[in-house]
Amino acid sequence: MQTQSVCKGFSLGDLARRPETGSLIGFIAVYIFFASLGGAVFLGAPGWSSWLNIAAEVGIIALPVGLLMISGEFDLSVGSIVPASGMTLAMICGHFGMPAPVGIVAALGVGMLVGYFNGLIVTRTTIPSLIVTIGSMFAVMGLTLGFAVLIKGSTSVSYVPDATTKALLGQFINGMFNVAIFWWLGFVAVFFFLLQLSPFGNWVFAIGGDRESARNAGIPTDKVSISLFMMSGFCAAFVGVAQVMTYQTAQVAGGQSFIFNSIMCVVIGGVLLTGGAGSIIGIVLGTMTFAVVNQGIFFAALDPNIGSIIIGALLLFAVLSNDRFRTLAMNAATKKK
Amino acid sequence: MSDTPILEMQNVNKSFGPVDVLHDISLKVRAGEVLCLLGDNGAGKSTLIKTLSGVHQPTSGDMLMDGEKVRFDRPRDATDRGIATVHQFGGTFPLMSIGRSFFVGMEPTKGWGPFKRFDREKANAIAVKAVQDFGITRIDDGDRLIGGLSGGERQSLAIARALHFGARVLILDEPTAALGVKQATHVLRVVNEAKRRGLAVIFITHQVMHAMAVGDHFAVLIRGAIAADFKKGEKSREEITDLMAGGESMSDLEAQIDADNEGQSSQAGAA
Repeated sequence: MQTQSVCKGFSLGDLARRPETGSLIGFIAVYIFFASLGGAVFLGAPGWSSWLNIAAEVGIIALPVGLLMISGEFDLSVGSIVPASGMTLAMICGHFGMPAPVGIVAALGVGMLVGYFNGLIVTRTTIPSLIVTIGSMFAVMGLTLGFAVLIKGSTSVSYVPDATTKALLGQFINGMFNVAIFWWLGFVAVFFFLLQLSPFGNWVFAIGGDRESARNAGIPTDKVSISLFMMSGFCAAFVGVAQVMTYQTAQVAGGQSFIFNSIMCVVIGGVLLTGGAGSIIGIVLGTMTFAVVNQGIFFAALDPNIGSIIIGALLLFAVLSNDRFRTLAMNAATKKK
Repeated sequence: MSDTPILEMQNVNKSFGPVDVLHDISLKVRAGEVLCLLGDNGAGKSTLIKTLSGVHQPTSGDMLMDGEKVRFDRPRDATDRGIATVHQFGGTFPLMSIGRSFFVGMEPTKGWGPFKRFDREKANAIAVKAVQDFGITRIDDGDRLIGGLSGGERQSLAIARALHFGARVLILDEPTAALGVKQATHVLRVVNEAKRRGLAVIFITHQVMHAMAVGDHFAVLIRGAIAADFKKGEKSREEITDLMAGGESMSDLEAQIDADNEGQSSQAGAA
């Protein structure tokens, strides 16, 4: 053990130990599978636009949810922040006729406010974030429905945005690619910087590794957690805004699928459920894998239920391989090569 | 070696509500000196460490640094004063790289304004050099994960980290407890090196062998009180082991308290 030589540079062992490797293999396998069944349409622009549109929506939310999971927390409230922010926007701009920026700022503000409360409760009490955010999810859902019925007397509000706003937030480029894809790429860049490059990212990993030691090392753990919750609130609200801009209507329900979908993207992307490890590239790959399965099903003319089975199997496989990664990583330096 | 102890406890008592945990503890540790705190499980070692490192505050009695009264309200206060505590498992971020965990909370950055980036190369280089200076030459890649290091290497890394960030007093909480013989030797060598560099080391253990290998001064803790206090060479290994085991029965405890009083008066005579 003492005399082991550590080999530098590129090695297969190092590659296998990278958390993203499993996600990349998963993505390639899934893509080849559906490409072979879906044929030219799936390989062409219709196929790409269809799964990229899905990936962009869930991907924008999966990024901050992934950061939270790396820091050891969950956020289920995103599922009701999406409709809440959409409803806020449609209500302010569609019903009351205020200019779009006012509605957008208010909608994003709603998301950040919910995130702030989540973070505050999680850091001030010992209640697990899973429970806290389930609570806030239901509370926000109830408030959204309540206000919608109270103000509009209906569970859906329509809003026709002006051309510029629509072009920025809800346009289909070439009639196929939602502009949200570019927003997603922007968010990826920002979160990549945050997690992998900035000192803040180091704090997130440390908090996920051991909160107590992180605090003793001088990291403002509570502030970091609250800001992470606010980020996921913001991103969920952003998706809510983009949805209204795209479909020109806000529904009180309909965001629930984001709860599990975002978590699945993150886990398939190699983030440990227990926190402390993960990467942005992994989360992006996980999101793409999820979206390919989700949409590939239709191109492959398979029973949609099979899609759910594949997603479920992928998830289990991902959790197992993440666990394996953890074991490998722990043994990395103690094994002879 | 200056004569003023870097860190001193004077008649410190600590109780949690009605439960007295520490009775009248007086300790001092000087620069370049290793003070070994010996005690069986439940002797109050952890409470003592937590009091020294600012997690708990003494119920009565004084803590002094460089002869000046100090009060630590938070662990951070102690850290700022140069008191570093290294716990049993050393690196507690098993899934972080050596370079990243070395600089947790004090990351070196490059770039400007809001685009300050974590300087990975610099962090890795400093971290690797810091441990290698302690003779752990096997660590040469700062991107390796902490989880891949042996227990001894983690301890050494944690000690190197404390030194790098200007620690003057090093509190080691059972650093060798979970280690094999060879790994423990590694850590003891690192402790010796820390001492050579002029740190005051408080070494908590229940392994008499390890204590005798590096200690200059010994204090045996039994039921929250110092049962014996002696210098290197004053007692044999058997005597120390007997002392520690003696805490188990009441009659022995009384004998220990006598020894305690003697120890204290001799200490007072020396000072």
